Amino acid sequence: MERNMGGWAIAVHGGAGVDPNLPQQRQEEAKQLLTRCLNLGIDALRSNLSAVDVVELVVRELETDPVFNSGRGSALTAKGTVEMESSIMDGLGRRCGAVSGLTTVKNPVSLARLVMERSPHSYLAFAGAEDFARQQGVEVVDNEYFITEENVGMLKLAKEANTIMFDYRIPEAGGLETCSAVVESPILMNGLPISVYAPETVGCVVVDSQGRCAAATSTGGLMNKMSGRIGDSPLIGAGTYACNLCGVSCTGEGEAIIRGTLAREVAAVMEYKELGLQEAVNFVIRERLDEGKAGLIAVSNKGEVAWGFNTTGMFRGCATEDGFMEVGIWD
Amino acid sequence: MGWAIALHGGAGDIPLSLPPERRQPREAALRHCLQVGVDALKAQKSPLDVVELVVRELENNPHFNAGRGSVLTTEGTVEMEACIMDGKTKKCGAVSGLTTVVNAISLARVVMEKTPHIYLAFDGAEKFAREQGLETVDSSNFITPENIERLKQAKEANRVQVDYTQPVEKETPTVHGDSQIGTVGCVAVDNDGNLAAATSTGGLVNKMVGRIGDTPIIGAGTYANNLCAVSATGKGEAIIRGTVARDVSALMEFKGLSLKEAAAYVVEECVPRGTAGLVAVSAKGELTMAFNTTGMFRAAATEDGYTEIAIWPSC
Repeated sequence: MERNMGGWAIAVHGGAGVDPNLPQQRQEEAKQLLTRCLNLGIDALRSNLSAVDVVELVVRELETDPVFNSGRGSALTAKGTVEMESSIMDGLGRRCGAVSGLTTVKNPVSLARLVMERSPHSYLAFAGAEDFARQQGVEVVDNEYFITEENVGMLKLAKEANTIMFDYRIPEAGGLETCSAVVESPILMNGLPISVYAPETVGCVVVDSQGRCAAATSTGGLMNKMSGRIGDSPLIGAGTYACNLCGVSCTGEGEAIIRGTLAREVAAVMEYKELGLQEAVNFVIRERLDEGKAGLIAVSNKGEVAWGFNTTGMFRGCATEDGFMEVGIWD
Repeated sequence: MGWAIALHGGAGDIPLSLPPERRQPREAALRHCLQVGVDALKAQKSPLDVVELVVRELENNPHFNAGRGSVLTTEGTVEMEACIMDGKTKKCGAVSGLTTVVNAISLARVVMEKTPHIYLAFDGAEKFAREQGLETVDSSNFITPENIERLKQAKEANRVQVDYTQPVEKETPTVHGDSQIGTVGCVAVDNDGNLAAATSTGGLVNKMVGRIGDTPIIGAGTYANNLCAVSATGKGEAIIRGTVARDVSALMEFKGLSLKEAAAYVVEECVPRGTAGLVAVSAKGELTMAFNTTGMFRAAATEDGYTEIAIWPSC
């Protein structure tokens, strides 16, 4: 195997498509979490953990923290419950694992990894996935654990927004500030107001010092979604992809990401058109999204890191072995 | 130009010794389904309508691993999945974990056309089917004695298995090899270059409950854009990893390969030997059927009169 001349690199995201009126406190909270996750990943890389170990580790952290829409803090289904999904891919051998419809598994990304490594399959969902979780002895909790007060409020707004498209203020409850989108021309994602439906899927991509790439994505999905709805995050080639050339994790409008097979697209243009990482990311964001709104993070086997989005903002952070580190939200 | 259509009933280690009583009904079914598709194209139906129609026929036929005739999960139940995609708009619909819906492909189409989502699964999908008034039957209606026997054999051999290995003969597992297939699919293009793809399956024999394969994953088992339409079959896990359906189109677009070259490249380079096959048509009316397995149940026709119904390699 060729020695990786570029060193390791890591990127994380907490969703593309951010409400421009997001209160400063929320923005700070998000940046702190991203920074913490990056540092976790960096420590792991310095300890020579493999790329797939690092992405799992980092996404577990993102799932555990209620800030973004994954694990605890997941968006709620129309029934008021949580149904989580995740996928992970190891560029070495293009092994992959995915799960959907989880209701009690504390860390979906870890179950996805077990599907990859301990089952003869690549993707398990709903009752079958939950059974597998118990067989494997992973940590399970009540569905209530994942539900936050804030999201209960958001679900209520989402149901109201389905009939009336104005007034997006979060109900006053335990210190939550109001957060109103511009009434005249609300920013929409998935055809719905972003202040309520912000995707906030999480993901991580890593290339380790051996040049191996990996990617992982995790989410609670769309607020007020139909029970049983699956988005792009657990779909290999759409929300997540990794091969010997790169690792990619996407977020945004699920439909657009699936139709555009976005994660695979980045790798395909690198492989078949021989574009470099940043060129590939730019190409995909510019050409493959039509009217869709999405963002992605990516690393290459040469130690490069890149991101791109055509939304208003994307929660993201990245770091490379040579000391570069950056966390951001806006353009 | 002219229209073109291709359909498949699964790729895998189809033994050359397949006895006539197992070969003929399938050949007859392929012939019938091809005719259904050709008639529809001649009647100017859109490719999207055509692929749905043909896949419905294949689902209703108990000789293929979709709808009635679906292989069984490890618990002896049926969990069906399907996917449909319209090349022009790239709109798509997918379903998984169906147990009572007679035509999974039609539910996938309804998801595509009547919801803001792309993919619905398990209880949520079943509930939606009832809300939409789709035909449902008791799950036992999909189960055939052959598949009960296949499951029994697979459990004995402790492996997931192909759908068409003869359940009655007690041959040793090695004779049949370890290929895992089953799935039906159809791709079509009309005179104006509109493309569509559809795939449907019961999955793998003895699969874990809740297992999802390549069929409902856009870019893996099913894909269509303005260049081509592709439906794949074979070992689901390999097809997912190889993003088979998407890569055919990507090779045409990014490397300038022809449809035939792209399909051949994908089955040779992107997936291990013995794991996959596909049918594909291009916007220019070309068609190709490629597989790296012993055989693939398939049928195809083009407007200029070409027709083929086959199982093993043609040459």
